[in-house]
Amino acid sequence: MTDQAYNFAYLDEQTKRMIRRAILKGLAIPGYQVPFASREMPMPYGWGTGGVQVSAAVLTPDDTFKVIDQGADDTTNAVSIRSFFERTAGVETTTKTSEASVIQTRHRIPEEPLTEEQILVYQVPIPEPLRFLEPRESETRKMHSLEEYGLVHVKLYEDISRHGHIATSYAYPVKVEARYVMDPSPIPKFDNPKLGDMAAIQLFGAGREQRIYALPPYTQVVSLDFEDHPFEASKADHPCGLCNATESYLDEVIIDDQGGRMFVCSDTDYCAARQAAGHKGKDAA
Amino acid sequence: MRPLLSVQGVTKHYGAHIGCADVSFDLYPGEVMGIVGESGSGKSTLLNCMAGHLAPDAGQVVFDTRAEGPKHTVTMSEPERRMLSRTDWAFVHQHARDGLRMGVSAGGNVGERLMAVGARHYGNIRDKATDWLERVEIDAARVDDRPTTFSGGMQQRLQIARNLVTGPRLVFMDEPTGGLDVSVQARLLDLLRGLVRDMGLSAIIVTHDLAVVRLLADRLMVMKSGRVVEAGLTDQVLDDPQHAYSQLLVSSVLQV
Ligand SMILES: Nc1ncnc2c1ncn2[C@@H]1O[C@H](COP(=O)(O)OP(=O)(O)O)[C@@H](O)[C@H]1O
Ligand SMILES: [Mg+2]
Ligand SMILES: [Zn+2]
Repeated sequence: MTDQAYNFAYLDEQTKRMIRRAILKGLAIPGYQVPFASREMPMPYGWGTGGVQVSAAVLTPDDTFKVIDQGADDTTNAVSIRSFFERTAGVETTTKTSEASVIQTRHRIPEEPLTEEQILVYQVPIPEPLRFLEPRESETRKMHSLEEYGLVHVKLYEDISRHGHIATSYAYPVKVEARYVMDPSPIPKFDNPKLGDMAAIQLFGAGREQRIYALPPYTQVVSLDFEDHPFEASKADHPCGLCNATESYLDEVIIDDQGGRMFVCSDTDYCAARQAAGHKGKDAA
Repeated sequence: MRPLLSVQGVTKHYGAHIGCADVSFDLYPGEVMGIVGESGSGKSTLLNCMAGHLAPDAGQVVFDTRAEGPKHTVTMSEPERRMLSRTDWAFVHQHARDGLRMGVSAGGNVGERLMAVGARHYGNIRDKATDWLERVEIDAARVDDRPTTFSGGMQQRLQIARNLVTGPRLVFMDEPTGGLDVSVQARLLDLLRGLVRDMGLSAIIVTHDLAVVRLLADRLMVMKSGRVVEAGLTDQVLDDPQHAYSQLLVSSVLQV
């Protein structure tokens, strides 16, 4: 039931219009960080207030909403955001990727390919990919506008000099349509190849930092690298212990007090669907 | 021969206060110009106006770019000027921490300009960085160490390597030996002299230390209260100063 004390999806219509304008601008300039006036939300920063505001601005009463946190639908964070929109928007919710029209995510892209009927909303903690080496906002803005992106490679250079390879394994920087360097939010670099040429709309919301950026469908997205250290979308070299998938991103989980561990799909919906279809891993009961 | 840099009537005020006033000179390829004068005489203001860090109130600066020949650097667009700063120009700051990234390894510091102009082969960048560390007498084994672990003299040499790695056509230096111990200064000067000679560098060096210009500069400008009071060949100005202020400066009566 919708809680009538709130406007549909909590935010007032004027705020949603302001956010939609930022989203449209972001879609028109893929990878460009659009400032927006982030609102106080009834949840702390770090709980995805940027993503929540973007979801609130794009949801319609006919939508079906899914929330994942590191691939899982059942974490505290995912459950609380899902119930927030059940309460304030009365929208249908689901855990099935294929049934959702809007998916809000923290740290993952679903395994199942998304379609033109879907919108993927990312929660972003730090939108600025140049922040780690240049803390001055005035300077990073200039670097973006002048396409001065040497610093991103300095960061990757430092990685190789320290670890022998590019050790950055999440929030791996990408270049969008050969123009803007973008932080894809802390998704594992395993997910980076899915960013490019995706059929769904991808929207990124950073609440504390008050930035929105976007990738329209079928956008070119390239992970930055060196000729002699090319980008690799790596993952743990195991099949899933529960569904035996070999192509999915895995989490390592401790299963007993003796230090026993197994690797399972981080995308819980994907794993459950495979198990339901009869796939069985070596650790499955 | 066409001047590499031509400065005409450059003037910069800070409010009602004069930073530098009506400075004009030409610098030819391969020349090193020294700018001396006491503290507050306008040396840094003039240097920053020429290097595009400050916008002069009046006057023009024409630089002979590698790509397109002579261009007005004061009126060109900011992107163009920033491009020059990464390619044709280099700037060595007095304080190494202003010119280095202290959180980045020595190799990354030297490699940054290479990457800024499109180098994308890690092995080549690293080889070039190592080579440059050796040219400024830093042990190649320190390539992965951060400048915070370097002595003051090493930091300054690293800053020089970082600036010279892309083969700039003009190097601006603001008190490059300032704040270093005397023996460290001597070694740095020696190194700079070698680089200037071997690379045929064109440079503008601001200093209050006459020993620096004696060793490095072909020509000299003496500044006082924002104006150039005397200019000429270094040996001439130092050995036979004409202006009363230059005479004081040279006789070391002035504690500059
Ligand atoms: N940012 C500034 N604001 C106001 N006055 C300044 C500023 N920078 C320099 N000045 C003044 O301009 C004059 C020239 O300074 P500067 O160019 O730094 O001299 P120098 O490098 O020869 O010591 C001095 O009187 C100084 O106090
Ligand atoms: Mg000065
Ligand atoms: Zn699985």
